[in-house]
Amino acid sequence: MSLIVDRRDLDFVLFEMLDAGRLAERPQFAQYDRAAMDQILDTAQALAEEVFLPIAAEVDANEPRFVNGQVEQPAATGAALRAWADAGFFGLAFDEAVGGLQAPWTLYTAATGMAVAANTPVTNYAFLTVAAANLLNAFGSETLKRLYLPAMIEGRWFGTMCLSEPQAGSSLGDIRTMATPRGDGTYAVRGNKMWISGGEQAITDNIVHMVLAKLPDAPPGSRGISLFLVPKMRVDDDGNITGPNNIALAGLNHKLGQRATTNCLLNFGEAGETIGWMIGEPNRGLEQMFHMMNEARIGVGHAATMAGLAGYLHSADYARTRLQGRPADSRNPASPQVPIIRHADVRRMLLSQKAAVEGAQALCLFCSKLVDDAATTTDAATRERAGRLLGLLTPVVKSWPSEHCLEANKWAIQILGGYGYTRDYPLERLYRDNRLNHIHEGTFAIQGMDLLGRKIGADGGETLREMIGVIRQTLDGARAFAQLGPDCARMDSALAALESATRALLACQDPERRTANATIFLDAFGHVTLGWIWLWQASLAEARLADPALSEADRLFYFGKRQACRYFSLHELPHAVARFALCESLESPALDCAPEIFGE
Amino acid sequence: MKILVPVKRVVDYNVKIRVKQDGSGVELANVKMSMNPFDEIAVEEAIRLKEKGVATEIVVVSIGPQQASETIRTALAMGADRGVLVKTDVNVEPLGVAKLLKKVIETENPGLVILGKQAIDDDSNQTGQMLAALLGWAQGTFASKVEVSGETLAVTREIDGGLQTIELKLPAIVTTDLRLNEPRYASLPNIMKAKKKPLDETSPETLGVDVAPRLKVLSTVEPPKRSAGVKVASVEELVSKLKNEAGVL
Repeated sequence: MSLIVDRRDLDFVLFEMLDAGRLAERPQFAQYDRAAMDQILDTAQALAEEVFLPIAAEVDANEPRFVNGQVEQPAATGAALRAWADAGFFGLAFDEAVGGLQAPWTLYTAATGMAVAANTPVTNYAFLTVAAANLLNAFGSETLKRLYLPAMIEGRWFGTMCLSEPQAGSSLGDIRTMATPRGDGTYAVRGNKMWISGGEQAITDNIVHMVLAKLPDAPPGSRGISLFLVPKMRVDDDGNITGPNNIALAGLNHKLGQRATTNCLLNFGEAGETIGWMIGEPNRGLEQMFHMMNEARIGVGHAATMAGLAGYLHSADYARTRLQGRPADSRNPASPQVPIIRHADVRRMLLSQKAAVEGAQALCLFCSKLVDDAATTTDAATRERAGRLLGLLTPVVKSWPSEHCLEANKWAIQILGGYGYTRDYPLERLYRDNRLNHIHEGTFAIQGMDLLGRKIGADGGETLREMIGVIRQTLDGARAFAQLGPDCARMDSALAALESATRALLACQDPERRTANATIFLDAFGHVTLGWIWLWQASLAEARLADPALSEADRLFYFGKRQACRYFSLHELPHAVARFALCESLESPALDCAPEIFGE
Repeated sequence: MKILVPVKRVVDYNVKIRVKQDGSGVELANVKMSMNPFDEIAVEEAIRLKEKGVATEIVVVSIGPQQASETIRTALAMGADRGVLVKTDVNVEPLGVAKLLKKVIETENPGLVILGKQAIDDDSNQTGQMLAALLGWAQGTFASKVEVSGETLAVTREIDGGLQTIELKLPAIVTTDLRLNEPRYASLPNIMKAKKKPLDETSPETLGVDVAPRLKVLSTVEPPKRSAGVKVASVEELVSKLKNEAGVL
C-alpha cells in the first residue's frame, strides 16, 4: 500500500467521475489516451515514492542556511528536482510549440500531486518555475522567450514570483520597488522583495525572477504596477551567462514548515545596477500576474489536499497494525489487544480524514478539468460556462482544503498519539507543511472577499445560481438511490440556507457589514461544494454496488464511498447550515467592537 | 546484435492480492497491473547493452490479452525499439510461453534473449530454462552481471553459495535476478514517443502453437493467517518445542 497515493481512488475520480479518458477526443490532447495517462501516473508515482519521499525528513531537518550571502542546502533537494526535470515533468502541460508535452491540466494536477504528497517543499521549486514560465510564455517578447523559456521548461533554470515586499503583502498596490527606464528598452530595478520562495538556491545556474515594480510615472495603487523579467545572472544573445545582475540575498526566513523551500528577502539594485525587461504592457503587471491565478490557487488547494492524503494513508496504515486496548464489549485484560482500527473512534478519525481528502482531491481535479474545458472545448458557450464556474470555485478550492485537510492532519497525528507528535513519524511535518496553505497565494480572508465580492457580488449571484443548478442536478440524480435519502435531505437544507444567506448578504448595502463574515460564508459554501462532490461520488458508488458481480475489492471501495458521504452529510453539513444562519443574521461582534478592547 | 525481451503483464507489486470468493483464482477486476519487475530489469539490461553499442535493436514480446500491449508500451517508453504482442485470452503456462517465444525467435533471429527469472504472479521460474532447452541454446539464469565480448557472454549468477561466473556461447538465454540493475523510469517525452513505435500483433494460432492449459487449478486459497506466538521460559524449552512440537530439529 502506497503512503502517498491511492491509485484506485485517483482512477475513480479521473475516469469514473470526470471521464478524463475522453479528453483525448480533443485535438490538443489526442495523444493522451488512458494508456498514456496511466504510464505518466506510473512514472510520477515511481519518482514520488523512490526519489521524493525518502529525502523528505532529511531536507526538513536540514533547513537551508544563509552563508556569506549564499544559500547552503542539502544536495538531495537539487538531485530530486533534476530527476523530476529529466523525466520531463516541468514541460508536461506546456504546448508542443514551446517544447512541452501538451498534456491536459487534469493529468498534470493528478500526476504532480504524488510528488507533492511525498515532499511538497522540494516540488515548490518546480511549480514556481512552471508558473513563471507560463507568464513569460503568455506575455513575454519573442526574444525573452527564446533566451529563457527553453531552460525553464527543461528545468535547467528555475523561476520565482516576486510580488510581496516587507511592507506590502496582501496589499500589492502599496509596493515600492521601482523600475526606471535605461533608455535602451531595459529597466533599472531597485527595491526589496520579501517571502520569495526559491529566490535564491544552490541548485540551478540561473534564476528567472518575475518581479512586480512601478514605473516612475505610474498611477498610484494596483493599476500602476508593471511586470518585469529579472534574471539572477545576465545572459548574452545566445543565452550564455555573462555575469551577476546584482540581486543580493539579504536573508532567509525561518519557517514552521516547508523548510526545504528557501524563502528569501531579496535586494534588487543596491550593490550595483539590476537590469530588468518588461513583460507585457506597462501598468498591466498585476492583471498579467493573475493570468494563471486559477491554476496557481488550485495548486495550493491541491497541495493542502496532498498533505492531508499522505497523513490519512499513513495513519490508516498505523491504525491497522498498532495493537492497543480491547474492544468495548470485551474488557478481559488477559485477552489479546486489538489493532486500534477496531475502535470506533479511530475509524471516526479515519472517516473524517477520508471525507476531507478524497472529497478535496475530487474537487481539485474537477476544477483542473474546468481549466481544460475553459481552454479546449470547441463550443464557446461551454468554454465560457467552464470559465465562470472555475472563477466561482477557485476561492473554494484554494481555501477549503487548507482548512479541512489541515484538520485531517490533526486527526492523523491523533491516531498515532504521542508518536504522531514526534519527528520519528512524518505526521508532524505534514501538519507543519500544510499550515502554509492557509496563508500563501491569497490568505483565507482574501479568498472570502474574492468569493463574496468579486465572484458573487459582481454579477448579482448569477454564477452562484448556475452552480446551485449544477448541484441540484446531482442531487436529483442521487434521489434515485434509497440509501442516499438522508444525505439528500441534509443537502437540501444546506442549499436552502445558502440561498437565504446569499439573498441577505446581497441585499446588505453596508460593505463592511456585508463582508464582516465573508470567511464564514466561504467556509460554509465550501461545505456545500464538498457535500455536492460526495453526493456525486456516492451516486456513482450506489450504481456500482447494485451489480451483484462486483468483486470484493470493488464492493469495499464503493461501500467506503457511501460511508464517507454519510459521514460528511451527518457530521459536516449541519455546520454549513449554522454558518449560513450566522451570515444571514448580518451580526458580527467583531464589527461592533472597538480595536481598543484588545489593548491599547 | 538484436536482443529479444519477453515481458509479462502481472498484478502490480503494490496491490494486496485477494482470492476470488469462488476460489477460482485471484481478483483481477479493476486491479492495477504493471510489468513484471524482473522483466523491467531485463528491459533495462537490454537498453544498457544498446547504449554500450553491443546491441542494435531491442524487440519486446508479450503474450496475453489486448491490455498486454500497454506493458509493451512501457518497455518501448523505457527505450526498446519495437514490440510484438502474441494476443491470447488463455492463461498461457510456462511451456506454452516457451513454445510461442521459440516461434517468435525463429522469425526474429535475436543474438540474445533476456527474460525475468520468474513472474511475481505465479512464481514459476521455468520459462527461460524451457526456452533454452527447446532452442538448444546456452542459458545463464539468475544473472547479476552480464558482459558481452564478441561471440561469448560472461554471466555472473546468483547461486546458493554465492556468485558463479559462466561463459556462454551466443546466441543465448539470460534470466535476470534482482541485483542485475536498477531499471530506469520511463520519461514523459519517451512515453509519448513510444506511442509511435511499431507494435505488431500475432496469435498462438498464427504461430501454430497449442497453448491449451496442461495444468488444472483445483482451488486457490489465502495463505493461513499468522497465529500468535508463544513466549518460552528458557532455551531448553525452546529446543524442546522445536524438537517435539515443530518437528524441525
